[in-house]
Amino acid sequence: MPPWICIAVAAFAAYRVGGRKIGILTLAGLLFLWNLRLWQATVETLVLVSIATTAALLIGIPVGIWFALSRRAWRAFSPVLDMMQTLPSFVYLIPALPFFGLGAVSACFATIVFSVPPVIRLTALGIRNVPTELVEASDAFGGSATQKLFKVQLPLALPTIMAGVNQTMMLALSMVVIAAMIGAGGLGRAVWQSIQRLEAGAGFEAGIGIVILAVILDRVTQALAARARPHGVA
Amino acid sequence: MGRINLEGVSKIFGSNSSEALGLIAQGKRKNDIAAACGAVVGLRDISFDIEEGEILVLMGLSGSGKSTLLRCMNRLVEPSCGRIVVDGVDVTRLGRKDLLAFRQKTFGMVFQHFALLPNRTILGNVGFGLEVKGVSVKERTERSMQAIELVGLKGWETKYPNQLSGGMQQRAGLARALAADADILLMDEAFSALDPLIRRDMQAELRDLQRKLKKTIVFVSHDLDEAIALGGRIVLMKDGEVVQIGQPEEIVAHPATEYVERFVEHIDLAAVFRAGQVADRSGVVLAPTQTVAEARMAVDGTDAGIWLVADSDGRLVGRLFADRLASARPAETLSSLLDLGQAVVEAESRLDTILATIAAEEAVAVVGEDGRLIGTITPRDVVQALAARPGAHGSSQPGAPTLSKPAGAHRWSGTSRNFPSTRSATTASTGSPTMAAG
Repeated sequence: MPPWICIAVAAFAAYRVGGRKIGILTLAGLLFLWNLRLWQATVETLVLVSIATTAALLIGIPVGIWFALSRRAWRAFSPVLDMMQTLPSFVYLIPALPFFGLGAVSACFATIVFSVPPVIRLTALGIRNVPTELVEASDAFGGSATQKLFKVQLPLALPTIMAGVNQTMMLALSMVVIAAMIGAGGLGRAVWQSIQRLEAGAGFEAGIGIVILAVILDRVTQALAARARPHGVA
Repeated sequence: MGRINLEGVSKIFGSNSSEALGLIAQGKRKNDIAAACGAVVGLRDISFDIEEGEILVLMGLSGSGKSTLLRCMNRLVEPSCGRIVVDGVDVTRLGRKDLLAFRQKTFGMVFQHFALLPNRTILGNVGFGLEVKGVSVKERTERSMQAIELVGLKGWETKYPNQLSGGMQQRAGLARALAADADILLMDEAFSALDPLIRRDMQAELRDLQRKLKKTIVFVSHDLDEAIALGGRIVLMKDGEVVQIGQPEEIVAHPATEYVERFVEHIDLAAVFRAGQVADRSGVVLAPTQTVAEARMAVDGTDAGIWLVADSDGRLVGRLFADRLASARPAETLSSLLDLGQAVVEAESRLDTILATIAAEEAVAVVGEDGRLIGTITPRDVVQALAARPGAHGSSQPGAPTLSKPAGAHRWSGTSRNFPSTRSATTASTGSPTMAAG
């Protein structure tokens, strides 16, 4: 598929989600990356980020719900989350290597581990912060635990969960760049190569590319989070 | 449907609950138990009955256990021991699934801060209880709209909660509880977050709704004025115990403890007392068939400036002024001398609503629900009743229809809207012409 079609589709999607400003930002940013001859690398990075983020959300949201509903689980695993977030990110690369070898799979695995804590934490936080009266209301009218979760707790926690999604995506992006050390492709590899070859210019270009991608992803997911807020609540 | 019996309900917070329950059985109080085993007593051995179709107000300061008790009724809070029987079903024994079904069928709840879902419209919120029950969308919308109309929110159903004022949001909360068509409404400080004017409106509207729908309402409040305005029985709580149960007038007139006395100190007595309680029942009542001479004999020695005249059924015919009696010929019958003015109030009326009538007249006749004459109220009676603060009259028994004593605040008759008195026949006879003649 020619890049210009991809860019047009992406810009239009960004416009629909976040309005004109974010649409123009996306269009200009992606065109600039194409112009820098970084289009291939950008797409590789995006694919890695999307896969890792999707996997992280599929794991993180259910775990977050579990942590919110079970005080015991929260107390038992909260230190694990702390550890996951405090370890230097490239430490995750080490255990991934013997299992999956060099390449994109290892990179993906490390990225998932590194980026999953925020969405777990914020999902749990969002559900716990639903006002007790509203939870009581569901109980008082005879709602089952499932009805309570899907009709009250999750809808009201959605803005916080979306903030978690945003955080997870940003962490995934930063990790994908570092994962270039164990053979992940994309913009990270471009940076990593230019460090090894002492090509300051090329490294700078790839670095800017990462920043642009980060800004676009951040704005779009933030716009999504804003849409999740209940009617009229700032 | 909607009868609740509480039998020995206790709630212990914290560990050591079995030890604390043992101490309760020994008759120990909240503070002793906390000192002995560290457990906090939320409710201590509470037993009373709530009648079908009454408004019962659970009253007390924060920490008195009133909200906990309310939540024990639908087991949002699990009682530590005791039985709660609703329409013959012991709620404390229901299994998980049965409990959910029972809550759907029996209880509607209204919350202090409304507890409306911000992501749903008013219609969506009001239909919540029905949705949980699994009622189809069409029927849900229909019944929700009925409830919305009932609380006066028609036209607002597509709005979101934050687009409504506090009072309207609470109306929506009330509609949600009504839409589920449960027999019992549990209202937890439902009007406490509203400003005073709206609050008073809501209290009046709740009273009207109650009269229309005949639901059992358990209302939690920390405000005695509110409890009185709602007009039902009051259960006064302190430290997880029931201190006193009774009609507002009974609690105001006969505070059980010093604590209750302090509670009722600043109460507007005019809002509590009813005309029937203040009425002077000892006055002479004349018959329209009596002659002036007979009447003069009957009233001889009394210094009232006005007498009531009633027929043989005890129904008020009119009033007779002293000057008319003095100037009339002795053989004339009273019927031609009567003043037929409408200075009549109903025994059930609160004093504050009839003050203007009393002020304008020298004496106002008080009639019961059946139209029979009960007695008279003069401005003097009102002042006496209002001057009678709790403690000023110690020994008289509530509910005893003593006929000979002068009118006063202690003439509590034990009747109210929620408890249609079975005694109205006897009270009416106190002012009947036969008594006066004899």
